[in-house]
Amino acid sequence: MKYRTVFDIIGPIMIGPSSSHTAGAARIGRAARALFGRKPKKVTITFYGSFAKTYRGHGTDVAVVGGVLDFDTFDRRIVDSLKIAREQGIEVIFRESEEVPDHPNTARILLEDEKGSTEVVGISIGGGKMEITELNGFSLNLSGNAPTLLILHRDRYGAIATVAGILARHQINIGYMQVSRKEKGSLALMTIETDQPVSEAVKAEIEAQEGITGVTVLS
Amino acid sequence: MKFRTIAELVEIAESEQMPISEVMIRAEMEATGESRESIFRMMEQNLDVMEQAIHRGLTEDIRSHSGLTGGDAIKIQAYKNKVKLLLSGPTVLDAVSRATAVSEVNAAMGTIVATPTAGSCGILPGCVFTAANRLNSDRETMVRALFVGGAIGYIIANNACISGAAGGCQAEVGSATAMAAAAVVEMAGGTPSMSAQAVAIALKNMLGLVCDPVAGLVEAPCVKRNAMGAAIAMVAADMAMAGVESVIPPDEVVEAMYKIGRDMPVALKETALGGLAATPTGRALERRIFGGTPQ
Repeated sequence: MKYRTVFDIIGPIMIGPSSSHTAGAARIGRAARALFGRKPKKVTITFYGSFAKTYRGHGTDVAVVGGVLDFDTFDRRIVDSLKIAREQGIEVIFRESEEVPDHPNTARILLEDEKGSTEVVGISIGGGKMEITELNGFSLNLSGNAPTLLILHRDRYGAIATVAGILARHQINIGYMQVSRKEKGSLALMTIETDQPVSEAVKAEIEAQEGITGVTVLS
Repeated sequence: MKFRTIAELVEIAESEQMPISEVMIRAEMEATGESRESIFRMMEQNLDVMEQAIHRGLTEDIRSHSGLTGGDAIKIQAYKNKVKLLLSGPTVLDAVSRATAVSEVNAAMGTIVATPTAGSCGILPGCVFTAANRLNSDRETMVRALFVGGAIGYIIANNACISGAAGGCQAEVGSATAMAAAAVVEMAGGTPSMSAQAVAIALKNMLGLVCDPVAGLVEAPCVKRNAMGAAIAMVAADMAMAGVESVIPPDEVVEAMYKIGRDMPVALKETALGGLAATPTGRALERRIFGGTPQ
């Protein structure tokens, strides 16, 4: 089921004018910020499809930047997000792509600072719902409906079992799990949606395991 | 309490002898593990935001940034209060002006509740607040009406689509219209089956509706389609309450809507490449708003 709860339909409370182009876009921006884990110095936003065609009129640009500033869909500051970003010293670049995307409302967000960069691709599927489809070149399927663990690890036997074991010990149930890798034996990404929230302590325990190179918790 | 189709929803409601709103509330409790109180409170918050948007749209001079929309909700209310012999009727015009109010607030980047989307956010509040006024409904009945609308939207979203980009305006304003029709039927004391018939009657009359926003903005024709969606929802609800039944069952109407949406050319799905957006005036407005850059 694409839509899990009644509040996906009656909701979100948001700033107009478009749930796909404004609220969904804000949520993609906010997820990108969470995945980057800190305030970026520079953000490059590429719009595809309908986003590329209509983002100015829909406020998609201010919405994505509002999300990157960690604003929720109903935060009135979204309207002034470009100005706020400038005041916070964040450089924002917009690009329009002619490429035909799989989904008509697609945005690619590259967040950077001196410590590193994260690139996220998100689609806005309607009614304010979004999915993250790509993270640093890995394809994935992330709804944002449940607490989600993203774990970068070396692709070798035992890595998945170790993580699953830690979650089981803390009585955290896995609702959905996906493993993506670019090629056998290289870096891989585990995406785990959980029924229970994942604490900082659990995150740290996973991070400490051999072969795990990065852990992000989205809730 | 799990349902995937409108037929299943009605069957649960009838066999358990409960209204559609109650089936949705219990399904939500099962799906999320949240308490009844917290789910009810969240929905009440949505109702509050809807009420504020209606109030803003009917009292403030709302104008969108582009200047394409604003001010019509107040105009309709003034007309309704001034003219003795209305061509439609005060209840329909109330629903129409309230739906317009919310939709105008949306176009002006105001705060609204997406129901199911922002582009179609006027219809459910317009109908629920008008029905409540007419029927003297209490707050709980109104919140319950939102759960009814939610149940129908949930089914349409999971079996078909609710965005103009995916399925044309029939998916967006059409879904909202169907949701509102079912919601006000329950408010008026109709049966779950009558709500389902109201869905079918309302959605049928939205089939084929293209999404062709002028300059790509959620303004023209969106605001007026919200207005007319509210009118259709109120009349569809009355027809269902009168015992009128749809020849084609509700779930098949939803499926037909989905298939029409898939067959619809991309030019007519929110791309602003066809329909009203591509008229000489539509193109001229686009140039005026965005200058020389093509949208």
